[in-house]
Amino acid sequence: MKFMKLLASMVLSMSVAGVAYSDLVIPSLEYRTGPYAPNGIHFADGFTDYFTLLNERDGGIGGVPVRVVSCETAYNTEKGVECYESTKGQGSLVYQPMSTGITYQLIPKATADGIPIHSMGYGRTSAANGKVFSHVFNYPGTYWDAASIIIKHILDVEGGDISGKNIALVYHNSAYGKEPIRTLEKLAEKHGYNLTLIAVDHPGQEQKSQWLQIRRERPDYVLMWGWGVMNQTAIQEAANIRFNMENFIGVWWSSSENDVIPVGQGADGYKAIALHGVGDDFPIYDDIRKYVLDAGKAAGDGTNLGKVLYNRGIMASMLATEAIRTAQKISGTADITPDQMRDGMEALKVDAARLAEIGLPNFAPPVEVTCSNHGGPGLGAIQQWDADTQTWSLITDFIAADREVVDALIAEDSAAFASENNITPRNC
Amino acid sequence: MTPDFLHTIEVILNGLMAGVMYSLVALGFVLIFKASGIFNYAQGVMALFAALTLVGFQTGQVPFSHLINELFGTQIHHWGPGMNNLIAILLTIVVMIVFAWLVEKLVLQHMVNQEPIILFMATIGLAFFMEGLGDLMWGADIKTLDVGIPSGGSFWWEDVTRTWVSEGYDYYGMYIDLLDVYATGIAVLLVTILTLFSQFTKTGRALRAVADDHQAALTVGISLRTIWVIVWSIAGIVALVAGIMWGSKSGVQFSLSLIALKALPVLILGGFTSIPGAIIGGLIIGVGEKLFEFWIGPLVGGATENWFAYVLALFFLMFRPQGLFGERIIERV
Repeated sequence: MKFMKLLASMVLSMSVAGVAYSDLVIPSLEYRTGPYAPNGIHFADGFTDYFTLLNERDGGIGGVPVRVVSCETAYNTEKGVECYESTKGQGSLVYQPMSTGITYQLIPKATADGIPIHSMGYGRTSAANGKVFSHVFNYPGTYWDAASIIIKHILDVEGGDISGKNIALVYHNSAYGKEPIRTLEKLAEKHGYNLTLIAVDHPGQEQKSQWLQIRRERPDYVLMWGWGVMNQTAIQEAANIRFNMENFIGVWWSSSENDVIPVGQGADGYKAIALHGVGDDFPIYDDIRKYVLDAGKAAGDGTNLGKVLYNRGIMASMLATEAIRTAQKISGTADITPDQMRDGMEALKVDAARLAEIGLPNFAPPVEVTCSNHGGPGLGAIQQWDADTQTWSLITDFIAADREVVDALIAEDSAAFASENNITPRNC
Repeated sequence: MTPDFLHTIEVILNGLMAGVMYSLVALGFVLIFKASGIFNYAQGVMALFAALTLVGFQTGQVPFSHLINELFGTQIHHWGPGMNNLIAILLTIVVMIVFAWLVEKLVLQHMVNQEPIILFMATIGLAFFMEGLGDLMWGADIKTLDVGIPSGGSFWWEDVTRTWVSEGYDYYGMYIDLLDVYATGIAVLLVTILTLFSQFTKTGRALRAVADDHQAALTVGISLRTIWVIVWSIAGIVALVAGIMWGSKSGVQFSLSLIALKALPVLILGGFTSIPGAIIGGLIIGVGEKLFEFWIGPLVGGATENWFAYVLALFFLMFRPQGLFGERIIERV
């Protein structure tokens, strides 16, 4: 009798496992603990809530439910790799590592396993060259795009001439923080500004030396490539030395409410580059409130809705969803494989009409990905913080990067990678 | 005076005050190590936990609200508008004393006579537990901490020092952060109180007796368990002060626990058993790392402070393994 029960339960569990594999599996490598948790939670909530909305409202994507598999990385590279190894066998369609360090580790592994990576606005910039990096995507923009867009904004503010201006880059002393340096150096050659590099060690809680240097050297502009507590400390120190906040511009990972609210009134006027719109004035939020939040199925308590990093999570899941839809269309099957997902990502096209249809009109610029261009349009807007109303506003349209400079750097770096790793670039 | 010379003085002053901030964290380590021989890995997390609790009381946050809401489907977050700073600080001190009592009751009591490494491991566990507990109680969001301490550059000091420069130079005065000035004052007050407490009170003498010799202290009737509760309570209060100062700088968030990393070189340099050592060690590390960054940093790509503090501490270690003010290590064969 016991044997029969055991057999029955084994059959049942196998059949349940079989059903589970027919879901669209999206791993969420998130960090809700550790020093970077305040940012990680916002992103993970937005990322998960969007898929919950699709499941609750539409029954999934193309009739197949989405199963989000959460794995806690604590923003730690080793844990991130463990998450990858422990979840890849579940039929994972795409990995969003949410860390440049984890992305670098996963590029060779995921490529060998045939699973695509989407490092949205982070990771290895030259992965934008799809001819070399067949399974890595970093649309809709890269760090080098961001650096170029910020310089273009400064050019715009300065009337088109920044020769002789002094620009300082305060950066996280890591692979991530060092990413924009080459681009900024190339742009300095082109536009004639002087670039000062100021490194900040992890975690960046103590930056007195760096800001004394800025106070001594009085740069016209300060750019920031920071993350976590480094951002709040830098903005606080800038406010302390009464640096003009209008001239302090952060990358899109130094652009959240978490970075400015602790500084209070001192952060007023701080700028950052944006990948997408701000706030929750988009129709999709009505649906998120109705189907997810009010139904008690939200990943968080609902207080993060409309915050910058929540919106970024929405953006990431929206782009993954549209890639799945594209893959389903191309392959003619709803239950796609990672290979088909990769094809869908490479043929992704989200135009303004589609964004409006989704409930995100004008939320982001149109995104188009091709075999050779995995970096997308490379556009970014400038957002500015208003400390009185505690809101961000977009103060520019979406600006295109200097493709002449950025594309040349991408070609050079990806060619070096291809040569080191014996990769023959694809013809496309 | 030339601007370069004034810049050097500015760096030294800011280094001294940064050193005081490191000393505030190091003090908690010293107190516990001196009284019980335990290197308390959880000291940084205690600072975080104390600061989180303080902000929770200040803002009227309901502890464990996320858990309560998840379990009972409620939507409670705050019990009211909060409370004033003084009451919130006093209540946080009470929480830290209760915490000390619990640590003694649940952890230390069961580890009497264990090897120091075992006790150290226990504090590692305690650190992870407290970090999780803090998250569960107060949430992981970054919190603004304002207890009314002014911050930002001092206009007065800038005006005064602007006149020090020789004629013909363009100089805009020396920078000093008011928060650091207050932190220095508070640290001086704290050390004075701790010294007076340890020298002139019965409990203070008992603490020193335990620090000198556990066995001898026990034979004269001093309760080791009570002393441990007192020491952990004092370390909790010191952690609260450190948490307030660091939390006021960049908000209260979980990276606050990493300030312990800044205290380690201070302890190596100053000695694990000396309160003056923690202060002097902090000042030497603060000034040393800032001057190195100022003079050498630009030549080697900057960001030298983290590693240089340890190199400096190791350099001192070569000549005085017990630290500058630590008790002499005598091994009898």
